[in-house]
Amino acid sequence: MLGLDKKDTTLLIIVALLTLLAPFLLNPFPSDSAMAQFNAGYPDLMQRFVIFGIFAVGFNILFGLTGYLSFGHAAFLGIGSYSAVWMFKLFSYNVIPAIALSVIMAGLFSLLIGFISLRRSGIYFSILTLAFAQMSFALAYSVLSNPKFNLTNGETGLQVYADDPQMFHRDGLPDLPHLFGLSMRSTYTLDMGAWSFDFNAGYYLCAVIMMIVFYLAIRIFRSPFGMMLRAVKSNQQRMNYTGLNSRPYTLAAFVISGMYAGLAGGLMAAMDPLAGAERMQWTASGEVVLMTILGGTGTLIGPVLGAGFIKYFENIFSKINDSVLHGWFAFLPDGMEDFVVAVLHPFVGKGWHLTLGILFMLVVIFLPGGLVEGGTRLRNWFRGKRSGADDKPSGKTEPAE
Amino acid sequence: MGILEVKDVGKRFGGLQALSNVNLSVKENSVHAIIGPNGAGKSTLLNCLVGKLIPDSGSVMFDGQSVLGRAPFEINQMGISRVFQTPEIFGDLTVMENMLIPIFAMRDGAFRMHAYETVANEREVIEQAEQMLEEMNMADKRHMHSAALSRGDKRRLEIGMCLSQKPRLLLLDEPTAGMARADTNNTIDLLKQISEERDITIAIIEHDMHVVFSLANRITVLAQGTPLVEDDPQNIRGNPKVREAYLGESA
Repeated sequence: MLGLDKKDTTLLIIVALLTLLAPFLLNPFPSDSAMAQFNAGYPDLMQRFVIFGIFAVGFNILFGLTGYLSFGHAAFLGIGSYSAVWMFKLFSYNVIPAIALSVIMAGLFSLLIGFISLRRSGIYFSILTLAFAQMSFALAYSVLSNPKFNLTNGETGLQVYADDPQMFHRDGLPDLPHLFGLSMRSTYTLDMGAWSFDFNAGYYLCAVIMMIVFYLAIRIFRSPFGMMLRAVKSNQQRMNYTGLNSRPYTLAAFVISGMYAGLAGGLMAAMDPLAGAERMQWTASGEVVLMTILGGTGTLIGPVLGAGFIKYFENIFSKINDSVLHGWFAFLPDGMEDFVVAVLHPFVGKGWHLTLGILFMLVVIFLPGGLVEGGTRLRNWFRGKRSGADDKPSGKTEPAE
Repeated sequence: MGILEVKDVGKRFGGLQALSNVNLSVKENSVHAIIGPNGAGKSTLLNCLVGKLIPDSGSVMFDGQSVLGRAPFEINQMGISRVFQTPEIFGDLTVMENMLIPIFAMRDGAFRMHAYETVANEREVIEQAEQMLEEMNMADKRHMHSAALSRGDKRRLEIGMCLSQKPRLLLLDEPTAGMARADTNNTIDLLKQISEERDITIAIIEHDMHVVFSLANRITVLAQGTPLVEDDPQNIRGNPKVREAYLGESA
């Protein structure tokens, strides 16, 4: 289907189902039960899952295929957001032109930054991209925000004010980002017994865009161009002595992944018309690296899983506080209860980073291929159990003819 | 006038004169071996031919054109392919993909920088790759990860990748280093077959005298960065100067 082989079609269908049914899948617990705080099916968080999924899928095209570790991709995310908000300010709240401009601007900036940074490889490339991202952050945070020339609105962040021109804004349209009149905030809530499910217009816009760019990523992975990118990662020396200049390939991959980041930034602004400089900071760049490695570098679905995993922790684990813990362990004797809560305290609430860090270490040490490798191992393990001991795997898997 | 003309090439690394006044002429369709003791400058010379190093003085002409100042990928496009001492292949890719890359790089007889430019006939590219794997006796391994191949198979694959681009000059840097005897003999047979069947010139740097004397029809002896003699194999064997500088030392 669509020029994909059977395996990739299955993968695409799985991703499509997961994203389209996410409001159900992420809300497995009745809304007034004690477990309801583990529900992640509210629009704001679902949007973030998908947006960071797009960001990580794009990052993986550069890092997973060519092996060039960029530490400055958040710059393109920020540029995307600023472009989108400027589009809102000057023209209209329609998200389509805003997102288009974000992608174009991120593409132009990544062309410039990539052209310079790709002169070096390895750690020097990472440092160059990091330097560019920090420069962009500093520019956005202070330099480009002064009374004479205010491009980024500094610390406050860029937002839409009532006296902005908004040339194509008409009275009938919502005063928020919209898709030809359909507000991104409009949500239909479906109550089924004790459960409640939110269907949000903004989320579905992001979901559809993610399916499109995920499909594009599959095509890139499987194309001769993708093969060349993997060749760059595998052996640049042989690449050079095969008459190929690796620079145009790496630059193309860099620009493509920059445009993915710009798209993610544009979507962020489309969901919430605000752009701040902190979006460009190095921690944001590091986060996408974590997502990709956690999910599985160089795999198609890995970055999406990694993004979901990290965002879930950030939003759900951080909400568990001491009173919630006390509620859970109320059945224990008083002294025990306090002790257990005291032990768990550093790992939840503001300490969610600690839990995430430990999980990240475990994954990197025991599953170097990320969550995807974990899934593969589980599947093989189940298969091995089912088929019995007579055909134990020989240790190496060699594809059959 | 040979296909490769090296004139007065010199190269200095700090205080070490690695090459001085190297003159070399490789005749078209010959198998030319460059031998010499360790540190004689063989690898430095080879690196000067493929653009990895730029000599301090002298000239290197391939088919009437200077190669100096060109990047390795440009020199490859002129028709010089290089086989490395340790096989340089795309280890993360399958054998088939390894073979596709050089053919994608060079199709319709010309090099293309970009694989995403339209391929007139992708089927044709795949057929060429399959045919080359067939010739290298590796068709049954096409889906294997190339990193899992044996040393000898990696070498065959690397040579196959070079040949698929129909180079005019094939440079080999100790192609049998670290190989078992059987693999060495297979490689010798393969190279013999290549030089007989194809319109190709082979220049080979080698330590193993068995390999040199079974393949070469012209030999240059390098010692201390400068050529000692250039002659036919039978004359080299008897040459007292060579015995002193190299063969005697190793015997």
